[in-house]
Formats: sequence, C-alpha cells, structure tokens
Amino acid sequence: MISLSYFLVFAAALFCIGLYGVLARKNAIAILMGIELMLNAVVINLIAFWRFRNFENITGQAFAVIVFAIAAAEVAVGLALFIAIYRRRHTIAADEIDLLKW
Amino acid sequence: METSTLVWLLPVPPLLAFFLIIFLTNRSKRLSHTLGILGALLSFIGSMVIMVLAFQSGHLGEHPFTSVINWFPTGDTWFQIGVWVDPLTVATLFFVAWTVLMIFIYSVGYQNFGQPKGDHDAPGLPPHGATVEDEHGHKHRVPSIEPLYSRFFAFISLFAFGMYVLVVSNNLLTLFVGWEIMGLCSYLLIGFWYAKPSARAAAIKAFLTTRVGDVVMLLGLVYLYSLAGSLSYNVIFSEETLHLLTSTSTPILGVSAAVIIGIFLFVGTIGKSAQWPLHVWLPDAMEGPTPVSAMIHAATMVSAGVYLVIRVFPIISAGMVHGEPTLTMNIMAFIGAFTGLFAATIAVAQNDVKRVLAYSTISQLGYMIAAIGIGAYVAAAFHLFTHAFFKALLFLGSGSVIHGVEHGVLHTGEDIDPQDMFNMGGLRKKMPITFWTFLIGGLALSGFPFLTAGFWSKDEILADAFAHSSWIVLIVLALAALLTAFYTMRQITLTFLGKPRTESAEHAVESKWTMTLPLIFLAGFAIVAGWPGIPLDFPVIGGFIPNFIHEFVGETLAEHPEAITFNWFPLLISLGVSLGGLFLGWFVYRDIPAGAPDPLKKALGPVYKILQNKYYFDELYDFIFVRPAYWISRTFTYLWLDRKIIDGILHFIARVTFSIGGILRNYIDKPIVNGFGDFVGESVKRIGRSARYIQTGRVQQYMVMALIIAFGTLFYYLFFLSQP
Amino acid sequence: MTVMQVIFLITAVVTLGGAVMVVTVRNLIHAALWLILALFGVAVMYTLLSAPFFTVVQIVIYIGAIAILMIFAIMLTKRVKQDSGSSVNKGWWLAGLMALVLFTALVWMFSTWSGFQTPLPELPSDVDYIKVLGTALVSPSAYVLPFEIASVLLLAALIGSVAVAWEGKS
Repeated sequence: MISLSYFLVFAAALFCIGLYGVLARKNAIAILMGIELMLNAVVINLIAFWRFRNFENITGQAFAVIVFAIAAAEVAVGLALFIAIYRRRHTIAADEIDLLKW
Repeated sequence: METSTLVWLLPVPPLLAFFLIIFLTNRSKRLSHTLGILGALLSFIGSMVIMVLAFQSGHLGEHPFTSVINWFPTGDTWFQIGVWVDPLTVATLFFVAWTVLMIFIYSVGYQNFGQPKGDHDAPGLPPHGATVEDEHGHKHRVPSIEPLYSRFFAFISLFAFGMYVLVVSNNLLTLFVGWEIMGLCSYLLIGFWYAKPSARAAAIKAFLTTRVGDVVMLLGLVYLYSLAGSLSYNVIFSEETLHLLTSTSTPILGVSAAVIIGIFLFVGTIGKSAQWPLHVWLPDAMEGPTPVSAMIHAATMVSAGVYLVIRVFPIISAGMVHGEPTLTMNIMAFIGAFTGLFAATIAVAQNDVKRVLAYSTISQLGYMIAAIGIGAYVAAAFHLFTHAFFKALLFLGSGSVIHGVEHGVLHTGEDIDPQDMFNMGGLRKKMPITFWTFLIGGLALSGFPFLTAGFWSKDEILADAFAHSSWIVLIVLALAALLTAFYTMRQITLTFLGKPRTESAEHAVESKWTMTLPLIFLAGFAIVAGWPGIPLDFPVIGGFIPNFIHEFVGETLAEHPEAITFNWFPLLISLGVSLGGLFLGWFVYRDIPAGAPDPLKKALGPVYKILQNKYYFDELYDFIFVRPAYWISRTFTYLWLDRKIIDGILHFIARVTFSIGGILRNYIDKPIVNGFGDFVGESVKRIGRSARYIQTGRVQQYMVMALIIAFGTLFYYLFFLSQP
Repeated sequence: MTVMQVIFLITAVVTLGGAVMVVTVRNLIHAALWLILALFGVAVMYTLLSAPFFTVVQIVIYIGAIAILMIFAIMLTKRVKQDSGSSVNKGWWLAGLMALVLFTALVWMFSTWSGFQTPLPELPSDVDYIKVLGTALVSPSAYVLPFEIASVLLLAALIGSVAVAWEGKS
C-alpha cells in the first residue's frame, strides 16, 4: 500500500537534490534547473496532500496550477536576464558575476 | 518773605550761577560772567537786606534770626540743620558780600574780557598775549583773554556759595560743609592754570596741608557731638553743655573735654588760616590768579578759620576762672603771636609782590588769633572785619600792578618776571588810581593813625593785650606791627615810587574801569570801616560815633564783654611802631636803581638768606613728610607689596593653574578621552577591514550562509526552545 | 509489494537518478536532457496521484516549454571553455552538506507527524476532478482572482523578459 510517506520522502529528496544544484553549480542555467527541480518537488507535495488528506476540497489542485504558472513566468524572466548578462559580461558563471564584491 | 527764608536763600544765587555756567553757558564768556556777577549781586543785596533787618530788630544777640529743618534721622530724634543770623553773622556777611561782589567785578577785567584770543594760548596756561595789527601794519602785542574764562566764574561762584553756607549756618556740621567746599574750590582755583607744574604742585600742597587741619577738626566735631548730642549753636553754647564739657575730663593729661575740643577745632583753623606750623601752603597758593588770591586767601577762606574760632569762643573760653585764660586760649595766643612775628620777618625778604602780601596775611591772621587767645573777642572780630577790606584791596591792587607791568612786557618784549618788585618802580605816574588805592590799603595794613581802619582794629588788640596784662603777646605783636609797616612801605616804595627800573615798568598803563572801580570802593571801606569801632573813651574823637562794633558784635556773647578803659601806653606803642615802620621802609628803599641788590642783604647778612628761604620750612617738611610718603607709596606699596607680593601671588596661581591644566591635558585628556575616541574609530576600521571579505558578491555563497543561519535558528527553536 | 508500489519505486528511482545527473553533469545540454527525464518521472507521479490533468500540463508546459526554453538559452550562452573546468563552485561540499542536513531534518520531522502513514483513500468515482478544477478556477466564489492575477503575472513576465533581453539596434 502506498502511504503518504512514500511521496513525502520522495518530494523531500527531490527538493534537496534541487537545493544542492542551486547552491553548488557554477552555470546560471544549471542553477535554474535546480530551481525547477525544487518547484516540482513542491507541487508533488501539494498534490500528494490533496490526494491523501483532503480530496474533497479542490484547493490543493488550484494551488498547484498557480504554482505552475509562477514557475513558468519565473523561468522566462530568469532566462531573459541570463541572456542580458551574457551579452554584457560574456559569462554566466555565477561566481564570476561579483560586482558587489568588497 | 520771612527773614529766615531770605537767610536760607542767601547761598543759592552763586550755586545756581555755578550750575548754569557749567551746564549751559560755558561757551559764552559774556553770559558766564554775567551770571556770576548776578549771583554775587543777588546774595549781596540779600545780605544788605538782612543787615538792615538785623539793625532794626534789636537784641539780635539774644534773639537771632534762626530757622531749622530736619535733615536726617538719628534714632528717636532728627539731626537738624538750619540758618542763624546773630550780630557776628551780620558783620561777617557784610564784608563777605562786599568783597565777593567787588572781586567778581574785578575778575572781568583781570581775565581780560574783551581782549582778542591769544597767539598760542592753551587751556590751562596763563594767557600770553595776542598780536594785533593796526592800520599802519604795525604789529604789537596786547594782553589776551583767558581761555578758561567761564570755568573761572563757575569756580568762584561755587566758592561764594561755600562761604555763604559757612557764614549763615546754625551748626558746626554745615559750617564744616561750607569749609570743605571752599577747600575744594581753593584747590581748583590755585591749580586753575593746570598746565603749569608749579600750579599743580601748589594746589596739591594747599589741599593736603589744610587737610591735616581738617581731619583734626573733624575729630573735634565728633567728640563734641558725642558729648553734647548736637552741633547746633544754640545747644553747644548753652550753659548746660558748656558745664558738661568743662567737667568731663579726658585721659589726655587730665584736661577737660572743652580744652580738647577747643584745641582740635583750633587745629582746623591753623590749617585753614595758614598759621605756623601749617603755613606753608599759602605763599605757594599765589600761583593762582590774583582775584583768587584776593578772595580766597585774603578776604574769605582764611577768614573762615578765624570766624570759626570766634564763633566757638564760648567753648574755647569755657572754664575761665576770674579772667584767667584757659589752656586753649594760651595755646592760641602763643601760636597766633608767634606766627604774626614769624611771617612778618619772612615778608621783609620777599621780592614777589604777591608773596609779600601772602605772608602779610598770615601775620595778620596770627594777630586775630592772638587776640582771641587773650580773650579780646570784639577786637578779633573787628580786625577780621577791617582786614578783609584792606587785604582784598591790596591783592586786587597788586593784580592791577602786575597787569600793568605785563602790558609793558608785551609791548617791549622784555623777558622779566612781571611780579618781581625789583623790576617795577615809578608806577605812581603810570597807574595813579592803582597807586592811591594801594597806598590807602598799605597804610591801613600798617595801622596809619586815625584815618585808616587798620589802625583802629590793631590798636584795639594792643590795648586789649595791655589791659589783660599779656606782656609777651603785647611785645611780640608790637614788633610784628613794626615789621608790617616796614615791609608794606618797602613794597609801596619799590613798586610805585622812584623811577622805573625796567622798560616794562616804563610802558605800564592803568587798568580798565572793571578793575579800578572795585579798588576805589574797597579803598573807601579801608578808610571808613574803622570808624564804627572807635572806643568811647578815646580822647577827642571818642564818642562822636557810638562804638558800634563793640555794642553790636559784643551782643553775640552771652556775657557782654566790658569795654576796655583807655590807656595812653598802648596807643603810643601803636603810633610808634606804625609811623616808625613806615618811615624806615621808605627811607631804606627810596632810591634803589635798576639792577641794585636789596640793601637788606648787606645789612642782615646770612640772616637775609634764611628769611628769603622762609626758614627752610618747606625743605624740612619735604624731608620729614613728603619724601617718606613718596617712598612708602613708590617703593613700599607699589614695588614691594603690589608688584612683588600681590602680583607674585597671582603669577604663582597662574603658573599652578597652567601646570594643572597641562597635566590634565597630557595625562587625562589626550590618552584617555582622545584615546577612547580613537580606539573606537580604529576598532571599527579594523573590524570592517577584516569583515568585508564576507561580501564576495557571489549570490550562492550568500544563500548558503542564509540557509545555515535559517537552519540553525530553526534547529535551535525546535530542539531547545520548545522542549517541554 | 503491490503493483502501485513497484511502479512508484521504479518511477522514483528514475526521477531521482535523473535529478542527480542534472546537478552533476558538466555538459549543460546533457543536463537539460536529464532534466527532461526527471520531469517525465514527475509526470508519471502525478498519474499515480490520480491527477491526470497535471500529468499533461507537466509534459506540455514544463518539458515542452520550459525545458526547451532552457536549451535555447544554453545554446545562446555557449562558451568554448564551458565544458572544461569544474562544474561546481568552491563551496560545493557545504551545499551538499546542507542538502543532506535538510533532507534528514525533513524526513525526521515528517516521521514524528501523526499523519505520516496515511493510507491511500478511495476517490469517489462520479466526480470529474478536472471539471471541478476548471469550475473552481473561474468561479467568483472560488479561485478566479488568483487565476486572473496569475494571468496578469504571466503578461508582466512576458513583457518583462522581452524588455530585459531586448537588444536595441546597434
């Protein structure tokens, strides 16, 4: 029998892997991929809780839809920014963009 | 108007004139002298009115015109001041009013009103003459107007105020006030030409010398007040007070309080009337303009000293037993007679025309004081009365002479002293009015028989001395009278008779009417003023006129003094000394040519030098008093006390303060306070320098740090804080 | 082991493996491809959770739009040196540690929760959840406002990204 715990642990693992990607990767687009993984883990969580605990109320799913929209918007803007930065600095490695350094 | 109100108003016009001149009319010379003379005139008229009223009242001695007001509170009662007019006051008012008015009028001419301004006249220096051009282009020099003309009239008005206050006051305190005001004016007027160092020195000398007398007098007044409880005449001369004074004995030699008070008050007179030993200021006071010498140092201020002792005669003579003089009176007789002879001897050897008159004044005042000393109250008052007139006349005449010779000096440009008698001579022809009036005055001074006032008053004193058997006083005064006649004739002969000894004397001219008119008036008095005092039993002429002076003035005393019976002896002495002295004076000096020395020099030899140097009293006082005073002030007080000790203390305090400040600064302020501030700043910098490396600019590292802290806080919260 | 459990296991392994490859691989195109695989696995999860709508949305939006967009961006920002050098920055060990700590903490926290082992409830068969979701998204008493705001947000993002990446005529 699948219990909620399966999905929760799975989502937690996916989230942490995404977190590692965000914090450790040099390339900005790779960081963005990590963020996508984290967002997916969140939505998995949301849907899991809807399915197991509160399927009468459609609020879980509605929330998840909105998160999808947000994620999409965010990726678009983020990539646009990366393009602009790349044009300026000819690099998108996160540790080379340190103008606010001491 | 009530009589007493008029008496209150007597001193007011000169005072008003003083203030008006100072505040309003200082620039206008004409207005100033008009105000001055107007003030003197108003007081003069008031005095004459009072005199008439006094004669009409009868028994003025017992019922004087008096009026009092409350001045300041003294415990339960008030100290009262007021006015008092008794016969002595009336007599004094008479001569004061006349001489003051005459001298005010004389001053207009003396200060050269109407003359042009001088070439290089500066305020504070005597005028030196102006150069005028006539129509032919000839330049000659004429006397110039005094630059400080208005100031002079202001000062003499203030002085007149002081004298009137003294004369009409009813108590010794306001008398002292008037006394001091006159002292101040004397100082101001002696030093009138303040740019001359000799005038400044003379003014200070006058003030300080009279001050010595004034302090002792004030002590006497204080002692009298403490015993009698009042200073008003009606109280202090009453029987009870006099009895109290004579019965209170003092710790000083066991003499009574009356004697002490009398002596102390007399010391005031010694200062003010320039008696020995405080005589040194009066000859130097001749530095002032001649009207000043006439008014202050002949007619009024020095007379105030004698007026005082006459006024307090009841205290001085308190305790007289059977006509035996008291100790005070003996001291007065001694000093008076001694001064009379002493000053007369000095006058014989003086060459300056005003100096001779100054010593003559000292000598005559000694006469009056000696008269009081032997108890001759009326004679002293009489001599005071006549002396004021002829001495003022003589001084004014000498001023006229000096003006005449100065005119000659300006004309010829000679460089001589216009006041030296040996530069004069033959002025009889050049200045007739001056000559005749001066001659009358001089004869009066010498006691020329019968015609002149001086004879009657001097004879009265000698007669009194004879009647009281005061032989020493009689001999001394007679000798003094002989010398007086001698030097007076010497003066007249050298100045007016013979031939002019210098060019300037050749070119002397008579003075203007403003100067000669007062001379004429005073000369009239010099003749006439003696006649009201002719003793009743005088052979031949006695009895024509009642002995007015004796009757009237004698009323002032509680016990009317007896009239002296006539005796030939003193009369013969008077005649002898005066005529003899006059003849000798003329004889010795009648033919002195220009440049010749004084014949007395050879006759007296070394004595002459002593006489001319005034017995070296000035040098003696300089040595005993003046030099130590300078030393005390310059060396002791200034150098040692002030500069070394007081300043030394101050400098020491300053140094200590500075070093404390330095210590505070270097050991507390800089290291601790500044150090702390610097430390804070330095620490912030150092922390900043090391802490800035956190800011790497890399977002991922920021996120890691944020997560660490977030997890840490969460961790802490979950596991430590929320434990049950 | 039921069928569901097996399917879940396989899907979880695939997804997590893909995710690990995403964050490890040096070549970015490879990473993008591994991301697509991971997203596929997540889509299958949605199906397991009886949310078929989301499966389709995931594939269409995430894989079809977002991943492709990422590939475009990768190609536009290519550098020759990109494939050489380290793929991770200096503090990667700390990041790994953080991820591990977080995972441990999360799992441990869940395990203390009472609802951790909730079994799978039966869904009512007559309810069409897609329809319910659709109705809820446009009904004024439900979630029309967030829906509309999300639209506005998308519009803003659209305009924004165009504005940011716009290259003027040079």
